Amino acid sequence: MEYGFTTAAYVVAAVLFILSLGGLSGQESAKRAVWYGIVGMALAVLATLYGPGAHNWLISAVMIAVGGVIGWVVAQRVQMTEMPQLVAAMHSLVGLAAVFIGYNTEFEMSGIAALQAAGNGDALNALTGFAQKIAMKSGSEIAILRVETFLGVFIGAVTFTGSVIAYGKLAGKVDGKAKKLPGGHVLNAGAALLSLVLLVMYFNGAGTWALAVMTLAAFFIGYHLIMGIGGADMPVVVSMLNSYSGWAAAAIGFSLSNDLLIVVGALVGSSGAILSYIMCKAMNRSFISVILGGFGGTAGPAMEVTGEQIAIDADGVAAALNDAESVIIVPGYGMAVAQAQQSVSELTRKLRAKGKEVRFAIHPVAGRLPGHMNVLLAEAKVPYDIVLEMDEINEDFPSTDVAIIIGSNDIVNPAAQEDPNSPIAGMPVLEVWKAKQVFVSKRGQGTGYSGIENPLFYKDNTRMFYGDAKKSIDQLLPMIE
Amino acid sequence: MTPDSALQLQKLGHACVIEAGAGEAAGFSDDSYRKAGVEVLKDAKAVVAAADVLVKVRPPLPDEVAGLRADQTLISFFYPAQNKDLLEAAKDKGATVIAMDMVPRISRAQKMDALSSMANIAGYRAVIEAGANFGRFFTGQVTAAGKVPPAKVLVIGAGVAGLAAIGTATSLGAITYAFDVRPEVAEQIESMGAEFVYLDFADQTQDGAATGGYAAPSSPEFREAQLKKFRELAPDMDIVITTALIPGRDAPKLWLEDMVAMMKPGSVVVDLAAERGGNCDLTVPDQKVVSPNGVTIVGYTDFPSRMAAQSSTLYSTNIRHMLTDLTPKKDGVIFHNMEDDVIRGATVTREGAITFPPPPPKVQAIAAQKPKEKPKELTPEERRANEVAAFKAQTKSQITMLAVGGALILLAGLYAPASFMSHFIVFVLSCFVGFQVIWNVSHSLHTPLMAVTNAISSIIILGALMQIGSDNNLVVILAALSVFMAGINIFGGFMVTRRMLAMFQKS
Repeated sequence: MEYGFTTAAYVVAAVLFILSLGGLSGQESAKRAVWYGIVGMALAVLATLYGPGAHNWLISAVMIAVGGVIGWVVAQRVQMTEMPQLVAAMHSLVGLAAVFIGYNTEFEMSGIAALQAAGNGDALNALTGFAQKIAMKSGSEIAILRVETFLGVFIGAVTFTGSVIAYGKLAGKVDGKAKKLPGGHVLNAGAALLSLVLLVMYFNGAGTWALAVMTLAAFFIGYHLIMGIGGADMPVVVSMLNSYSGWAAAAIGFSLSNDLLIVVGALVGSSGAILSYIMCKAMNRSFISVILGGFGGTAGPAMEVTGEQIAIDADGVAAALNDAESVIIVPGYGMAVAQAQQSVSELTRKLRAKGKEVRFAIHPVAGRLPGHMNVLLAEAKVPYDIVLEMDEINEDFPSTDVAIIIGSNDIVNPAAQEDPNSPIAGMPVLEVWKAKQVFVSKRGQGTGYSGIENPLFYKDNTRMFYGDAKKSIDQLLPMIE
Repeated sequence: MTPDSALQLQKLGHACVIEAGAGEAAGFSDDSYRKAGVEVLKDAKAVVAAADVLVKVRPPLPDEVAGLRADQTLISFFYPAQNKDLLEAAKDKGATVIAMDMVPRISRAQKMDALSSMANIAGYRAVIEAGANFGRFFTGQVTAAGKVPPAKVLVIGAGVAGLAAIGTATSLGAITYAFDVRPEVAEQIESMGAEFVYLDFADQTQDGAATGGYAAPSSPEFREAQLKKFRELAPDMDIVITTALIPGRDAPKLWLEDMVAMMKPGSVVVDLAAERGGNCDLTVPDQKVVSPNGVTIVGYTDFPSRMAAQSSTLYSTNIRHMLTDLTPKKDGVIFHNMEDDVIRGATVTREGAITFPPPPPKVQAIAAQKPKEKPKELTPEERRANEVAAFKAQTKSQITMLAVGGALILLAGLYAPASFMSHFIVFVLSCFVGFQVIWNVSHSLHTPLMAVTNAISSIIILGALMQIGSDNNLVVILAALSVFMAGINIFGGFMVTRRMLAMFQKS
């Protein structure tokens, strides 16, 4: 009876979770969708507490309450520019929880195995909850269980260290550049192979030590893999870790025979996988090449860039903006670094008040997190209906008077289309150079993440507006009358 | 120099003097110069005596060159290729001469490119002259008094003057066509609102980059094709503006007598190349003539002078930019940097030596034009075939994937216990649902999506809750920690998602 009720609650919760993800297709329905998720989660937790196998309610309640308060406070305080770090940190928690739960399963299993070996029938019958469930499993079921547990711990461990490193890189606590130990990916492959060997051994009855050694190997893979990936590939990394945390949950769900865990894990896992795919596609690179780090080799000598970069001051930009009818702003990671979104929003408001058409063009990999720019602009109160995706706006550049590039580089690089030998050849880019005038707000003359020259800066209709993005935009504001 | 530019020049540390009455024709009185802090001297001699840098418009007269001092710099139009004697005279005097017509055509020098400024004015004025001599409206109108067709304007040569003419003609409402031998300017022409007249000619590709942005002479076959096209157009055109010039040569004859004869009476031809002999057969330099069939042919050569106020303003700005480059420290001291491409290119004599012609500039004027490959138009059959092939390939890959996936699952089913398989079904179906649902998520909500999936992946808390009731203390501790961490995630994830979504606002 109790079990039936729990299952029913799980079904409802699963439906609510699916609705919650599906609701994210639009800004308005998304606000409702979050509530579906919250209700689903509450239902699932309550049903589990009420259902079979749950004891120690007090500890559970206290732990949820303490964790909840911390989560609440963090969520209230976090800056929107720190979202990527926060998301990475939260992935690491899921990963670590998966490792712990996997270990617990192993402890219970070995405990029961010891009892069974000792033929202690009374003790076996006295088992409750989860342990009781394990005790009822047949031999082949235990074998499967071992594989599931092993996989859960492995994925969880990779997610944990990977997310910690990703957090460090995004928060600037770890150097953002791609770094590898001598030996590079051979080390990763070695660790993965070791884990596979340990899986076979563990499957054939090796003890907890195999699990422990594998965990260390998985920790190493997570650490080394993410260390080898540079800052601008972080959107892929974060969504990949998102996917992993889902698969970890699914694997744990298998080992605990809990369908809700499997359903949610699969949802999250596929969501992360799709996000990674979209990000990779936006960079025209395969998932493998992103994970292996660095850009692929060039097919030949890069096209020589001729001309010179012409600087312009705030007066010039303001004059052009005052004359312009339509303006497109292309923000990038540089805007987030300079915290310029409020100034950009103010500029937008002033220009729109003068009856000019102002829109934003967002490249899928702008920033360090999928959708990063959208959130920053939303925080600065830029209405979402003037913030457009690349495909929606790319055709409008030729009819645009002024395009302003704020802190982005590779995503507006015409070499992707013009130079077949460029390392980013074929990557979809925003065709800003087709606008009548282009202003690039940029710190200095450096290259972008990919380290290649940007011919855009040398075009006749491009003017370089050097300086910190926030200061530059603030300078402009009083000049827009 | 205008009063405005005098103020700017003083900021560079220079003192300014001007000949009395010099600005009269352009509408700048001596008083307005005095107000701007300029000393007005009574005649040209006094100016030459007082100034270190002399600025003129027209090339200097021989006796003006004779009056130059060795330490003086003269800035004016000079045409060094045509005025060899003048060049020699200036060299003998030891004066530095900067020829405004020799400013190289690179992006940085655009602000001092006086030829472009003047060409711009000429192009504008050409349309105005045409309009003054043309008896009808430019724009088409439907009025109570009847329908007026719009004028048709053909602009030949889309350099600076040509583009200015196109812009002026279209803004007056005329239907404008334009022709140029350099196909790469088609885009510029279309951006000004005119229609580019395409010539179907195999090797018409002339690369403007090699000649510094100017047209080069064309082959006889090409010329024939071009003239044939013009003959086709001639009867329809009301106004023809020709601007075709090739550096260092006479103007090519493009609008022949028979074309003029084909035009309707009352039509107008404005020949901006009149100074070099004209593009039109019937052009008489500096005069307006009417052909036997009533076509007016304007051959004025002084278009910029006909708009003195405008040309003075633009020219003085060009000069000011030149002087800005010559006084890099803004301290009123001329620093003649011969390493600078622009200054080097424009300097024709210096310190008793002739420095003309200059070496080619280090920076090429225009990036080399890449031959453009036209995307091949597919016939409907080909497109259909492609679609079918794509569909077949897709079907094939899907079937392969299904077969492989199915085989693997069946294989697993042979060995795995039934309890596993029932969970497995749930897993596979959830993956499918996940893929279907997530594709619909809007791009702008990817960050909230990550936060919410993060929150719901803490569903792992269920596992911990099931284990927390264990008898094994270690298990209880680990499970409690897991519950704690998942708790952070659930609340943190949902709260931050809500915060983010609340920020998205419609305008």
